[in-house]
Amino acid sequence: MTETTTVLHELTDLFRDLFDDEGLVLSSDTTADQVEGWDSQMHVMLIVAAEQRFGIKFRTAELESLRNVGQFTQLIESKLSGS
Amino acid sequence: MEQLAWLAQHPDLGAAISHAKSLSDPLARLYETARLAAYRRDFTQTLRLDRLAQQGIELLVGEGEQSVPGFTALRMAVLASHTVDHLLPGIRVAALQRQVGVSVYLAPYGQYRQALLGDDPALKAFAPQVILLALDAMDSPPSFALHASAEEAENAVQARVEELRLLWRQARARYAAQVIQQTLVPATPALFGHFDALVPGSPRALLERLNNEIRRAAREDGVLLMDLAWSAAGGQYGDGLANPVRWHQAKQLVSPIWAPLYGDQLARIAAAVVGRSRKCLVLDLDNTLWGGVVGDDGVDGLYLGQGSATGEAFLAFQQYAAQLARRGVILAVCSKNDMQVAEAAFDHPEMALKRSDIAAFVANWEDKASNLRRIAEQLNIGLDSLVFVDDNPAERDIVRRELPQVAVPELPDDVADYPARVAAAGYFEAIAFTADDSARVQTYRANGERQAALGQATDMAGYLKGLEMVMQARPIGTAELARATQLINKTNQFNLSTRRYSEVQVQQLADTPGAVALSLRLTDKFGDNGLISVVLARPDTTCAADELFIDTWLMSCRVLGRQAEQAALQVLAQHAATAGYSALIGEYRPSERNAMVAEHYPQLGFVNAPNPDASSPATLWRYPLNASSTFNHHIEIRHD
Repeated sequence: MTETTTVLHELTDLFRDLFDDEGLVLSSDTTADQVEGWDSQMHVMLIVAAEQRFGIKFRTAELESLRNVGQFTQLIESKLSGS
Repeated sequence: MEQLAWLAQHPDLGAAISHAKSLSDPLARLYETARLAAYRRDFTQTLRLDRLAQQGIELLVGEGEQSVPGFTALRMAVLASHTVDHLLPGIRVAALQRQVGVSVYLAPYGQYRQALLGDDPALKAFAPQVILLALDAMDSPPSFALHASAEEAENAVQARVEELRLLWRQARARYAAQVIQQTLVPATPALFGHFDALVPGSPRALLERLNNEIRRAAREDGVLLMDLAWSAAGGQYGDGLANPVRWHQAKQLVSPIWAPLYGDQLARIAAAVVGRSRKCLVLDLDNTLWGGVVGDDGVDGLYLGQGSATGEAFLAFQQYAAQLARRGVILAVCSKNDMQVAEAAFDHPEMALKRSDIAAFVANWEDKASNLRRIAEQLNIGLDSLVFVDDNPAERDIVRRELPQVAVPELPDDVADYPARVAAAGYFEAIAFTADDSARVQTYRANGERQAALGQATDMAGYLKGLEMVMQARPIGTAELARATQLINKTNQFNLSTRRYSEVQVQQLADTPGAVALSLRLTDKFGDNGLISVVLARPDTTCAADELFIDTWLMSCRVLGRQAEQAALQVLAQHAATAGYSALIGEYRPSERNAMVAEHYPQLGFVNAPNPDASSPATLWRYPLNASSTFNHHIEIRHD
């Protein structure tokens, strides 16, 4: 499994927990509009949950530019690889 | 930092929640949520539990408490100056853990003044029982120069506190709600450092002053505190409940990570408001109150007290328990030991807890769940009032499984950390404290010992004899008038005629020539039961001249089953005979509440007598006074 699919896999788990939707499927171009309940409140929850799950911390500026799941995954990967 | 560390760890809480989703009945899901809420959970799991219970809570709040047996409904309005949406699941789930179903009304962000000062039809319709004012230091900061004088700073603080008091008054006047005011968490970094507090106009000095004034005003106005500033300063929220990123991003004062703890803290206060705080701390003995096993090591071999760090740590935990007792928490012991061996350990010279601090003392070799049931029965409190502290993880596990109503905190490895752990769990949150609370322990101890004695007694007569009861009989005079009148007006069940009298009327009746007016107190070896009976007897036109009419006879239900009525009859008969009467006439007037005494007079040997008023539902009973009467009781009678 590549790092991207691992992160996406974990992120899917996290989304399924938070949205209580075991059938939820994410792809790189999934956006907030496509997931029911993904509002601004939930967005903060997702970020905090991801910080906890991956043991990372996002910078304020990074959070403003997230547009879809692909960017989210890339950001997490870059944090994990230390770049 | 692990939050809710006192809650047990579930092997797989996420899977349990997923499984509970398959329950189709909203009530079943609610009960399962309440059960799972007692496990350590992060904010995602808390959010999921909240969803699980949503329909059940709606049912409870909408259709009333009879629809969800065992649960209390509570409507809470949250008025906040910051974002709190993400905190509501934590509040609801922690409340469910305490058998309280909270429905939350959230006022629009930052609109707390409008909600209370203006007319808010939605809030009015919601009819909150509790209103939380969740404010923060960034809201309405006083604007003046940093070099402001102490007086200017003080004026600014007072102006803000006055505004809050106005809001509190409105909350009470408009909604008759109990207000909970959140204290303000420091949000700005140090400006001068240690010198901050010496500059009256520095943000930190102002905030501390403001929080103290809020606390003082709350005490005066009957407002409760959610003392978040104190919790945060005490490190309960680790290195900070406020994350600046979350503030800039979403105006969240409390980071979502801390939602479970924040919700738990607020739910404790809400539970205390509806009388759902715990009442009793049940303690294991060996390796919980002292180091070592008293049965093996002997009293002299225990680690306790000065001289070793371990001994001091156990002593410190005992001292904390003793302090809890002094604020009204009942203490009990539940230990696998021989009774004599366990009690003997209380003679250890370093014990901070005395045997007399323990209201219910159970030491035997039976399982602890059965013994905890026994303790609850002895003290006449619910299992859901108990907190059980035991160093043995296996015992904790069994009790949790057998008696989920009992709170069983997970404990740290080191007893030195026990006091902080028990305190952090907040089992005994209060909404008031009076001198009566300190005395309460004695009352429970006495009742507990009576119950324990009853359990040990092989026959009833032996039990009653062993109580060493003494009845003090005294004619009602100035000293007893107030208490006697109070009892006359509040006793419903053991009340033969349910006549209500003012102090003046009682005095008049007592002063009537030929009347016998008695106040009776009962003490036993466990303590004073206080005034337990009032008997007012007087001559009456419907009776013969040598007959004494019992106008009023009532007794406190506390002394039921103690043969106190037999002793009271003996006292009355003696007084009546001395006054020259040859018979007593008793009257039973049925009410909605006094069916329990319908057979009172015949059971005492009175004989039915015709009632001259045939239309009256009351029955009359005659008791001839003769020297050969015997009275069946085990109470020593003293005439004052």
